[in-house]
Amino acid sequence: MTIKQLSIFLENKTGRINEVTKILGKHGINMHAFSMAETTDFGILRLIVSEVDKAVDVLRNENFAVMLTDVVWINCPNVAGSLSVILDHLAENQIFIEYMYAFAEGDLANVIIRPTDINKCLLVLKECDCNIQDKL
Amino acid sequence: MIWNPNKESMSRDEMHALQSKRLQKLVTYVYHNVPFYRNKMQAMDISPEDIRSIDDIVKLPFTTKQDLRDNYPYGLQAAPPSEIVRVHASSGTTGNPTIVGYTRKDLAVWSEVMARALTAYGVTRSDTFSVSYGYGLFTGGLGAHYGVENLGATVIPTSTGNTEKHIRLIRDLNITGIACTPSYALYLAETLEKMGLSKDDISLKIGAFGAEPWTENMRKEIEERLGLKGFNLYGLSEIMGPGVSYECEMQNGSHINEDHFYPEIINPDTLEQLPYGEQGELVFTTLTKEGMPLLRYRTKDLCTLHDGKCECGRTSVRMGRIVGRSDDMLIIRGINVFPSQVESVILEMPEFEPQYMLVVDRINNLDTLQVQVEVRKDFFSDDIGRMLNMKKALSDKLKSVLSISADVKLMEPNSIERSQGKGKHVIDKRILK
Repeated sequence: MTIKQLSIFLENKTGRINEVTKILGKHGINMHAFSMAETTDFGILRLIVSEVDKAVDVLRNENFAVMLTDVVWINCPNVAGSLSVILDHLAENQIFIEYMYAFAEGDLANVIIRPTDINKCLLVLKECDCNIQDKL
Repeated sequence: MIWNPNKESMSRDEMHALQSKRLQKLVTYVYHNVPFYRNKMQAMDISPEDIRSIDDIVKLPFTTKQDLRDNYPYGLQAAPPSEIVRVHASSGTTGNPTIVGYTRKDLAVWSEVMARALTAYGVTRSDTFSVSYGYGLFTGGLGAHYGVENLGATVIPTSTGNTEKHIRLIRDLNITGIACTPSYALYLAETLEKMGLSKDDISLKIGAFGAEPWTENMRKEIEERLGLKGFNLYGLSEIMGPGVSYECEMQNGSHINEDHFYPEIINPDTLEQLPYGEQGELVFTTLTKEGMPLLRYRTKDLCTLHDGKCECGRTSVRMGRIVGRSDDMLIIRGINVFPSQVESVILEMPEFEPQYMLVVDRINNLDTLQVQVEVRKDFFSDDIGRMLNMKKALSDKLKSVLSISADVKLMEPNSIERSQGKGKHVIDKRILK
């Protein structure tokens, strides 16, 4: 029910993210979603890609520090207030979210959530008006 | 003005005789009180009777920083603990700091040599003098402090930090002299200007600068921006602290207090003594020290010695500017830093690869130290908080070992250059011309 996200450690350096996209492109790996978390001297690039294992291999071969993180990917209606209902429900059930990112496609909104307690989060989400993606 | 003309302007023959007498006494003293020296001398088949004049000093063994570390904490101390009245310490390379104990007489000598330096700079009893070296285990603060008191000027123990308050005191108390690192003097000038003030608003006229290498250009800049005259003050804690040598108004090298600290220049590779005028490693023997006397201590500082009477009237040997080091020690904000200290901290933490790079720079006239390390792949985390904690843990450990704060930069795996053989671990971007 969860999907694997790639977390890549990057130094804050002009052009460093291009290296990642270039390597993935060269190997025909598509990026579905990503977000960048940054501090003053490094960042963590979080990526959802088409071929997870292959992506890890090719990036590690190029000396990137890559790790896999379990995240929850949900779809909900792309209408005002729909995410708010889901988040309220998570909060009422004491689900803490470490980070999340989202993108919308037509009538659907895609939200990727990294909760502290992933199993409990999945249980709670089942009671919501959303669709939990289990594969890409 | 000369504080102690009897010693500072002594004829060379008299100085030679005095140094010879003192060296004989010193060698006998350490032979009987410091097993380290007795063992070394016995191994070299030398006894105190073999030392008849200062020229026999070449027969004596050298002492290195490593010897001080190996004999931590009191192994090289000659005086009994009951005679030691103060201890200073400088940071160590692998956890062991260097401990130096002083007897009451040592402190009197220290105040004497500092008073000679201050007098040479033109400080008098009417001056108000701010000591802005760090007070504490570092010798800079207290060393300069008691020199000013001995001379009879008013000492303001400002120590380091809180520069705006310092400037306020300089104005309100009419402070006329200051002792600090040259980079702090520049920082002071900058803060003064930021406060909307200039040299015309203060009455500083004398600066005693040391504890780090500096240049003629820095002197010019400090003098212009603070409206004072800047003099070099040299010293090292193993030998005494500030006051080992000092510039006079001629500013043609720094006069060494050679009735107390006998200087030699050696070839750091062959360890042969070199004649005056040749560049090499500076070596000191503490002729009168009681607490922790040292024979032929290798400072690792590279410079030249010059004899010949100075126009100021002093006859003592002068040392030129320190042009470099014969080891990899860095001086950052006046504090001695060895790359091996950083290495030992990193090796203790499994989160990091043993590769590292020290990047030293001078930004807004303050030395900065950045330590670049690679996080091991197994310790990399998606959690930014954990990564930042890792960074902070290293930064805290470095601070406690180095005594200065370092900016830790987490790097990607394999991003720090691997070199063949002896690793290159330092990039020093400070321009010293």
